[in-house]
Amino acid sequence: MADTQALRPELYRDPVDASHFGVVEKPLSTWERIYNVAAVRKIFILVALAAIWELYARLLNNPLLFPTFTSTIDAFVQGLFGGGLLGKAWTSIKVLLMGYSAGIALAALLTVIAITSRIGTDFLETLTSMFNPLPAIALLPLALIWFGLGNGSLVFVLIHSVLWAVALNTHSGFLSVSNTMRMVGRNYGLRGLSYVGRILIPAAFPSILTGLKIGWAFAWRTLIAAELVFGVSSGSGGLGWFIYENKNQLEIPNVFAGLFTVIVIGLLVENVIFRTVEARTVRRWGMQS
Amino acid sequence: MATDPLLDVRGVTLQYKTKDQLVTATYRVDFHVFRSDRFVVLGPSGCGKSTLLKAVGGYLNPVEGEIRLKGHEVTRPGPDRMMVFQEFDQLLPWKTVKENVMFALTATGKLAGRSAENKALEYIAKVKLSKFADSFPHTLSGGMKQRVAIARGMAMEPDILLMDEPFAALDALTRRKMQDELLQLWDDTHFTVLFVTHSIPEAIKIGSRILLLSPHPGQVKAEINSLPRQESDGDEAKALEQKIHTMLFADEVEEEAEHSHG
Repeated sequence: MADTQALRPELYRDPVDASHFGVVEKPLSTWERIYNVAAVRKIFILVALAAIWELYARLLNNPLLFPTFTSTIDAFVQGLFGGGLLGKAWTSIKVLLMGYSAGIALAALLTVIAITSRIGTDFLETLTSMFNPLPAIALLPLALIWFGLGNGSLVFVLIHSVLWAVALNTHSGFLSVSNTMRMVGRNYGLRGLSYVGRILIPAAFPSILTGLKIGWAFAWRTLIAAELVFGVSSGSGGLGWFIYENKNQLEIPNVFAGLFTVIVIGLLVENVIFRTVEARTVRRWGMQS
Repeated sequence: MATDPLLDVRGVTLQYKTKDQLVTATYRVDFHVFRSDRFVVLGPSGCGKSTLLKAVGGYLNPVEGEIRLKGHEVTRPGPDRMMVFQEFDQLLPWKTVKENVMFALTATGKLAGRSAENKALEYIAKVKLSKFADSFPHTLSGGMKQRVAIARGMAMEPDILLMDEPFAALDALTRRKMQDELLQLWDDTHFTVLFVTHSIPEAIKIGSRILLLSPHPGQVKAEINSLPRQESDGDEAKALEQKIHTMLFADEVEEEAEHSHG
């Protein structure tokens, strides 16, 4: 065996110069590059959906049931510049922000309690498994009795819809922080809140951000639903009330415009605000691709 | 030696709990580390060497015996004993290379502002990463990440640098390069380092003094001097390697022999 191996001649070669063969690196074609931009692909989908909507509505030809895309946009623009749609949206967003921030503050408190002791963890886990499956809107009747008609009740159900999603994700984020990173933090002598703030929160930020996104989506749909129920007796309702009111008056394009606003705000928050935060943090840090 | 040891480990027994049992990691381990020692703890896996290093780091308290650094008992982690870990995720991913080194300095209150930045850049230059000072860790290779971790540990100018198999996760070529670089850094500042490894050649190359631990639980088997640096590749090194190997694995071979006879 060893002899036959020794008999084989050794080989030495010089690598060929790059100019002797075709492509080493070549820029992609313009079309390929455009197709690589996620925003372009998504806009294409939106345009296609709008076209299908328009086409179907024209075929159906029943503006009372299903107005066309163009008439919805018409109602939307009119609502924006005179119908008070902007004001209604702002009313909704104001309440939303109150509930959202209160929910996050409470979630932070709960998670800090949860990570400091084992009983705290059990407390958080029990509460989340009890209340997370409970739809926030189901609490509205109770909230109305406790806080009456008004923003108090809305904020209450909003807190409920935000709190558990954020707390659950933050807590599981904290739990998944690697042992090495914890030891690094403790090596610097960090303890208590400065340890949480300077090591745990940034290290768990991908999960926290997911929690914030889920919480936002829950809050937004809870709010619109709650306004539908409650706008009935409240003078200056938000978007939900706008939709309800216009349905009663059979202004169906306005109903669509209201729904359209809900969607647009949802898309903006998701694709502008959260995307920017993501790009500046977890993507930049290589914690999410 | 006339001077007091920098690190005095005396009769240290370490235990930790897993889910269903209490494990004794080391049993009555003694050793002294003096200033500017390159002290290597060597042993097969399961000899409690990493646990021992964690105890020196203050992450774990001995159930018996004591660990003293400059005469003070070690009870909790602190910046006077900077750790360099094996894992690449020891760098904080949300900070750049420079910020990672600076954060160690500022979080401990050692330095602030400009002076922290200058110190960080000085040590980043020492590990030849000046070009990458503003890069985020995820863009670096494994070897570069470990160099940042070393720079971070050294920038703190701790009493002792604790290294837990820092090169074990690197490929063989990078590992050799990192070993050489570590020795160059030592020539530069003569820092004290406690280095844990399971590689005998690495121990001979890096260490000035080598502590051999037996496995399950770790007990001191020998404490020997390593070779002068220029001889760490020659025949003497081979002989020393063989000697250490025999000492560490003698029991195992006997056991195996018994099994095959029985």
